Amino acid sequence: MSAPLVDVRNLVKHYPGERAWLGLGRPRRVVRAVDGVSFAITPGQTLGLVGESGCGKSTLGRTILRLQEPTAGQVVIDGREVFTLGARELRALRRRMQIVFQDPYSSLNPRMTVRQTLREPLAIHRLAAGAGADAKVAALLEEVGLDSRLARSYPHELSGGQRQRVGIARALSVEPAFLVCDEPVSALDVSVQAQVLNLLMDLQQQRRLTYLFIAHDLAVVKHIAEQVAVMYLGKIVELAPAAELYLAPRHPYTRSLLSAVPVPDPAAQKQRIVLTGDVPSPASPPPGCPFHPRCPHPKKNQRCRTEVPALRAVVPGQLAACHFAEEPM
Amino acid sequence: MKEPLLRVRDLKTYFVTERGRGTARAVDGVSFDLYPGETLGIVGESGCGKTVTSLSILRLIPEPPGHIRPGSFIEFEGRNLLTLSPPELRAVRGNRIAMIFQEPMTSLNPVFTVGDQIAEAAIVHQRLSRRAARARALEMLRLVGIPDPEARLDDYPHQLSGGICQRVMIAMALVCHPQVLIADEPTTALDVTIQAQILELLERLQAELGMAIMLITHDLGIVAGSADRVVVMYAGQVVETAPTPELFTRAQHPYTEGLMASVPRLDRPPAARLHSIPGNVPAATDWPSGCRFHPRCPYAWDKCRAEEPPLLETGGAGHTARCWLVAEPQRRMRRS
Repeated sequence: MSAPLVDVRNLVKHYPGERAWLGLGRPRRVVRAVDGVSFAITPGQTLGLVGESGCGKSTLGRTILRLQEPTAGQVVIDGREVFTLGARELRALRRRMQIVFQDPYSSLNPRMTVRQTLREPLAIHRLAAGAGADAKVAALLEEVGLDSRLARSYPHELSGGQRQRVGIARALSVEPAFLVCDEPVSALDVSVQAQVLNLLMDLQQQRRLTYLFIAHDLAVVKHIAEQVAVMYLGKIVELAPAAELYLAPRHPYTRSLLSAVPVPDPAAQKQRIVLTGDVPSPASPPPGCPFHPRCPHPKKNQRCRTEVPALRAVVPGQLAACHFAEEPM
Repeated sequence: MKEPLLRVRDLKTYFVTERGRGTARAVDGVSFDLYPGETLGIVGESGCGKTVTSLSILRLIPEPPGHIRPGSFIEFEGRNLLTLSPPELRAVRGNRIAMIFQEPMTSLNPVFTVGDQIAEAAIVHQRLSRRAARARALEMLRLVGIPDPEARLDDYPHQLSGGICQRVMIAMALVCHPQVLIADEPTTALDVTIQAQILELLERLQAELGMAIMLITHDLGIVAGSADRVVVMYAGQVVETAPTPELFTRAQHPYTEGLMASVPRLDRPPAARLHSIPGNVPAATDWPSGCRFHPRCPYAWDKCRAEEPPLLETGGAGHTARCWLVAEPQRRMRRS
């Protein structure tokens, strides 16, 4: 096994509670968006990060790239410690790490043509100019499966799938090694979603890219990821190779999530575990195991309400943060 | 077979596009029936006309720019909904036919309490007093399984989560015990665990109240789990309709086939590549000639480019598909 390209250690991102009423009121509680997350990604592989809205998965992705400053923790990408770099070094490292956003409608500048959008990173990093840059733009468009004539188009003239391809081309323009894909196919229709997923997998092979693939759709992640991390209220509750996680999930939350996904087969009417209640606010997570108020595990007891379960190896290679991960449900 | 509750025939809803440059034929000759007590799934991708179809039934299409073409017909309780006067229409809307929308947070009025919004329909349609309507609202909140309903009655929508807001929407829709509930992507904006709660709630309420549900969704998984029959839409038309088990085992239209193959599956080992349908959904101002799916269809031949297929009987009970392959099945073999 080669050294990881991305190594995240005990990453914490808290948003301070601001005072209401123009800074005079009571301070609000700290939002623990990311609360001590660790994982590593092997070069050329994909880690799928799944969880429901508000679990902190997007914050995690952005903090790893230092698009926002962390509260604590360490991230090493390509042998460099991301959080200790000065502005110039950080900019150099940004060539190695890029992001593709969820919404292809709001992540492209509506006043810039596709060519301008793709030339901007080339200019910032002084990779190409003039005719060289135009050739690069044409090559990028071809690589993501777009007609080079679209270079003159504005985003509003493109379909959702085409826009997402432009977003991918923009990320690839600086030849990164690591891509954070933050829900890259969630806004797309199924038939187009399949096209973009295939494209991401082809590009990974051709360019030996490493992905952090953030999604709420477990079936999509199953398709693309070698490793899967499941997040709940700012913490990873299960981390395992995809094959194991989907075959034998250990955390009750993972089990419930998997059982809640509708399967397109009327004959396969499986037993659905329907969780009660909503995800609690990350500003006031429950004591003990953060999942305990919704947990359907039959063994749930007092210990779950008081003691935070550690993320531990339940079987070799499969980590889960549950006191009763070995017990059947 | 029972008599249909709602009969849609040759529905055409067109929109004049900006600056009058063209006409978007968003819904272009849609026909289907909804039977009492059943769940009819309407599936398709964005722009296929599924939402415009449902809005047309309640005549919620803004006119202009939209208009429902003469010759369209929507029969409900022996009357054509398209020719009702405004007061007659108001007596149907929200009373006999109710609707819930995709975005629960934006479909509720932010300046009224949840209790007032649920009570409104009971006051308008059933002429209940304010006090009786409030009691009715409380009963509805209980019915849709909202915890601590007394306290929620005086909450405003922003104080509630997306899942609870959708339950409130359902409570509002069901307050007059409608015969038909149109649910337009009711769980698309929700997380998967909350989606499971809402789908289960709809199933339970249907069993208790006996209404028919028109479930509009892009998610074939939801259709497989919840619908009795399915209507597949593409480019403003119905391209296939069948009982759910039949559709999932013997899909006839290449679009339905392609759609099913494009979905990443949780219940199967991942394939090296996902099947994908090439190209994009065409624009409603410019549907392709002949079969509207032919530019993206792997089987298409000359006839498909020239002649638009009608909905053909496939031989399965209640199963029709708008595809020439139904008449010439040997063409399907040739490709593989």
